[in-house]
Amino acid sequence: MTKLGFYPGCSLEGTAREYNESVMSLATLFDIQLEQVPDWNCCGATAAHNLNKILSLSLPARILAQAEKAGMKEIIVPCAACYSRLSVTQHELFENSELKKQVEEVMDMTLSSPIRILNVVQFIQEFILPHLSEKIVKPFDKEVACYYGCLLVRPHDILQFDRLEDPQTIDRIMEQLGAKPIDWPFKTECCGAGLSVSRTDLVAKLSGKIVKEATERGAKAIITACPMCHANLDMRRSAINSYLAKKYDVPVLYITQAIGMACGLNNKQTGIYRHLVKVNN
Amino acid sequence: MNNELDIHIGVNPARCYQCGKCSAGCPLADDMDFTSNVVMRMLQSEDESLDKELLQSQAIWLCASCEMCISRCPMEIDIPKIMDYLRQQSIAKGLQNKSANKNIISFHHSFLDMIRFTGRSYEIGMIADYKLRSRKLLQDLTLAPKMFLKGKLPLFPEMVKDRKNIKRIFKHIDT
Repeated sequence: MTKLGFYPGCSLEGTAREYNESVMSLATLFDIQLEQVPDWNCCGATAAHNLNKILSLSLPARILAQAEKAGMKEIIVPCAACYSRLSVTQHELFENSELKKQVEEVMDMTLSSPIRILNVVQFIQEFILPHLSEKIVKPFDKEVACYYGCLLVRPHDILQFDRLEDPQTIDRIMEQLGAKPIDWPFKTECCGAGLSVSRTDLVAKLSGKIVKEATERGAKAIITACPMCHANLDMRRSAINSYLAKKYDVPVLYITQAIGMACGLNNKQTGIYRHLVKVNN
Repeated sequence: MNNELDIHIGVNPARCYQCGKCSAGCPLADDMDFTSNVVMRMLQSEDESLDKELLQSQAIWLCASCEMCISRCPMEIDIPKIMDYLRQQSIAKGLQNKSANKNIISFHHSFLDMIRFTGRSYEIGMIADYKLRSRKLLQDLTLAPKMFLKGKLPLFPEMVKDRKNIKRIFKHIDT
């Protein structure tokens, strides 16, 4: 059994509960043990880096320090936003020893060396893909729009993941499941992110463009790897539909749910019944 | 603030030559009072009254930190980092945009206050706090019960055990 460090982040315990359920179900199916970072905290999200630089570094740094203390060499971070915050923090602190000292003093913990921070796509590529073909029982035989959002690929000089414009990794994984990824220009457009509650009108507009484009190009599902993108495209669908003055019902699936469905996991294991836009399987 | 930015965050807006790619790619440019290339020009001017206008603008709060601008900037100017700095200065100098203060900034404060006490995000508590701050009491009244029924709104917060440590982090920030 492979044992890996795991940072779920807050969304995966609340609004993105089904993301967590599908990640954990996949881990069980592929004989992987995901061990949570002990006593983890929130990464600070948009609010922290908008309001206070040191706070926005100290909160993720505490998570990294907790992981290091537990002897973790790598952590799997399914939330794209947490993945970005943790990666940017680690990069900034190990580039700037003075800043690192300041943050260590604030959190009263130390960081000795960088650890590997893997997003969900990297996790799938490394630990799921090698054994995937033998587990597929029900190919995902549909046109899909692979939607990467912002924070899996940006800032690119730090994350160094996939291609900055027109990334391909999720498309390739979906192909392995039997799906037909569509060619579309909104792969890395912003859904409106943290403005979901405070400016729902803008999220309806930005996410509306994504839902409309995916639908018009024939996608039967949108595939995502970010709880914020999912929340905006799924939970905010009624606001999107009022903005577009048309009923769009294309479902939004986490990539882990799509893999789970293809591997024959039931709705409880994938959590697809928790979506507001109904998923027909 | 041009020099200030160079000293504090190591980013120099003077390198911008106004190609406009940042604003062309910005998903929120349509709704901003100053688009990002205009922000760069205002900073280059070293004019204090323009600095003040920037700190009072709505644009700096509408920026969703999607990082599209820096990805497409031929000079690789870290505009998102500039936006973070401008937001923090805006708060420090009490110049927050009035309209953004009612929604976007209130939400950030509600979010951080929650983390301060629980160490983790807790939607119900945060939304209640935000509704009081923003006085948008009726917002999402139909969405919340649906989310609750789907099991997406836990009733009780998950707390960090070592809350002393979280408090310590916030204490350093406050002083």
